[in-house]
Amino acid sequence: MPSIEVDGKNFDVDEEGYLQDWQEWNEGVAKKMALDDGLDLSDSHWEVIRFLRDYFEKYQIAPMIKILTKEIGKTMGPEKGNTKYLYELYPAGPAKQACRYAGLPKPTGCV
Amino acid sequence: MAKTPKPDELSKIDYTPPQTAWTETPTVYKEGVWCFGAKPKNLETLHFPNPREWRVVDEDWKLPENWQEIVLNGMKERLDKYRSFRVFMDSCVRCGACADKCHFFIGSGDPKNMPVLRAELLRSVYRGNFTLAGKILGKINGARPLTLEVLKEWWYYFFQCTECRRCSVFCPYGIDTAEITMMGRELLNLLGLNIDWIAGPAANCYMKGNHLGLEPHTIVGNLEYMLDDIETVTGIKITPSFNRKGAEILFVTPSGDLFADPGTYTCMGYLMLLHELGLDYTWSTYASEGGNFGFFTSNELAKRLNSKIYAEAKRLGVKWILGGECGHMWRVLNQYMDTWNGPADFLEVPKSPITGTVFENAKSTKMVHIAEFTADLIKHGKLKLDKKRNDNLKVTFHDSCNTSRGMGLFEEPRYIIDNVCNNFYEMDELTTREKTFCCGSGSGLNAGENMELRMRGGLPRANAVKDVAEKYGVNMLANVCAIDRAVLTASMDYWVPSVKVTGVHELVANALIMKGEKERTTNLRGEPLPGMEGQE
Repeated sequence: MPSIEVDGKNFDVDEEGYLQDWQEWNEGVAKKMALDDGLDLSDSHWEVIRFLRDYFEKYQIAPMIKILTKEIGKTMGPEKGNTKYLYELYPAGPAKQACRYAGLPKPTGCV
Repeated sequence: MAKTPKPDELSKIDYTPPQTAWTETPTVYKEGVWCFGAKPKNLETLHFPNPREWRVVDEDWKLPENWQEIVLNGMKERLDKYRSFRVFMDSCVRCGACADKCHFFIGSGDPKNMPVLRAELLRSVYRGNFTLAGKILGKINGARPLTLEVLKEWWYYFFQCTECRRCSVFCPYGIDTAEITMMGRELLNLLGLNIDWIAGPAANCYMKGNHLGLEPHTIVGNLEYMLDDIETVTGIKITPSFNRKGAEILFVTPSGDLFADPGTYTCMGYLMLLHELGLDYTWSTYASEGGNFGFFTSNELAKRLNSKIYAEAKRLGVKWILGGECGHMWRVLNQYMDTWNGPADFLEVPKSPITGTVFENAKSTKMVHIAEFTADLIKHGKLKLDKKRNDNLKVTFHDSCNTSRGMGLFEEPRYIIDNVCNNFYEMDELTTREKTFCCGSGSGLNAGENMELRMRGGLPRANAVKDVAEKYGVNMLANVCAIDRAVLTASMDYWVPSVKVTGVHELVANALIMKGEKERTTNLRGEPLPGMEGQE
């Protein structure tokens, strides 16, 4: 099984680089994944990651994009409550990139 | 992950067949074409054999030692059980009528994607092991022994068929290639050889009732966000019910509609229409999936996942079931559900409480497609519609493989679109109705890692869209399927970026004049309505 190493500890990931067990996650994992993509995580990035983690704990799935944009808009200001802002932060897409950094599995099915 | 080639590169397709005979031409396993193997936890959840970590690129697929015996026994069992399987193994005359009808062959030029040859991968093993001529004559009779190479080739190509059944329309013998692929996949599943994009949703559905794994409170939460948006657009507050006993109608739709854009707009369409009618209906957080990824795995699993719909209808005591816009859901409902989990004698023959129409076609299954239901409402003048609200759209309609070839639903969606849009244009008739081209990613092949395959398979459909985009300025591709809504979006972005994707009931809801609504300035996507630019 592929894995990534953070501070001397190995974390199992799947073939697309998503963490196998979301509960194993720590901030170092997100930092390492971002670093591998050449990205330095700012406070704005962390706001999204923290929201995703909190949401997942309650709902056991990543939020749909409508919820993500609305909630980010509520906490960070209406000018940030849109997909454009999220794509500026996470160019590969909030679902693919931000969820991966946050340690969440990828949603499956007719999506 | 493989980088998908650009459209101009991908559209250079080489149709020259290899110089060697097909049995002598080794299969090249191309990244971007295959999907990741099923994860052990998903197979365990489904109680499927041989759960283990394995990777397609590894030499060793970690099969049980007696894998040949397992496959051949499985084949024998299915040949005895399904007469169709034996008939389809025996009756092909290799006329080649199907060869150029497959979207994967058209998009890839790979001869093993000709339906006749894809089936021959299985047929050759059938001949060698189950026919006298094949056993005696061997290779001369087109027989092959079941080697590891053959098995891997099966895996590669049976997950390059979307079970769309377009080839079957042109086959003079009526051979149903989807059924051959289904048998091929069943045999592979005996060894734990599924893809994870199918095994994952199926496991979710088995445990939580839907492919996405939406918990009951997540379903309610997602719908509440949609209801907020509806209120913003229309000023109307809608409060649907969940798991309500004694409701007249149970509503079941694919879970993609509850999660992914643009399916969420279709879902808002259902909510608005059903509210406007004052329909006595309920959502279920248990039977919360119309689709059935089990169907892409084995008949046994499909039956298991399907059973919850009737079970929930019985528990809630509804009279009949209304189903949302989905593709393969309707093939299962229309052709299998009744004998798998029926007869649903505890339900009544569906009758529209608004028009009094009795849906005789659903007499046995007790399930009505929402396109049939809405077309009937329009026919009886029960909806107030303002077509002009869709005047910014030039719409074409993509027939989903399963609703068209699996249940003959041709006219209803067209009738609806015609009544809610002023600009509706048909694509070339060789690509619509029963001859429709697959979206390119059906039957569980809508993963991310096989994007090259998906774009190749999506090319014929995209070509026909491009044609009407150039001729008439079409900018919206309507459909009645959740997989379509997800995957045609990707395919249009790639091949015809000027065209967006919508479900039919999004168009309905935009045109629907609701009692007590405020003056609408935007559509459901929050974009200004025609003539309302700058006022939203």
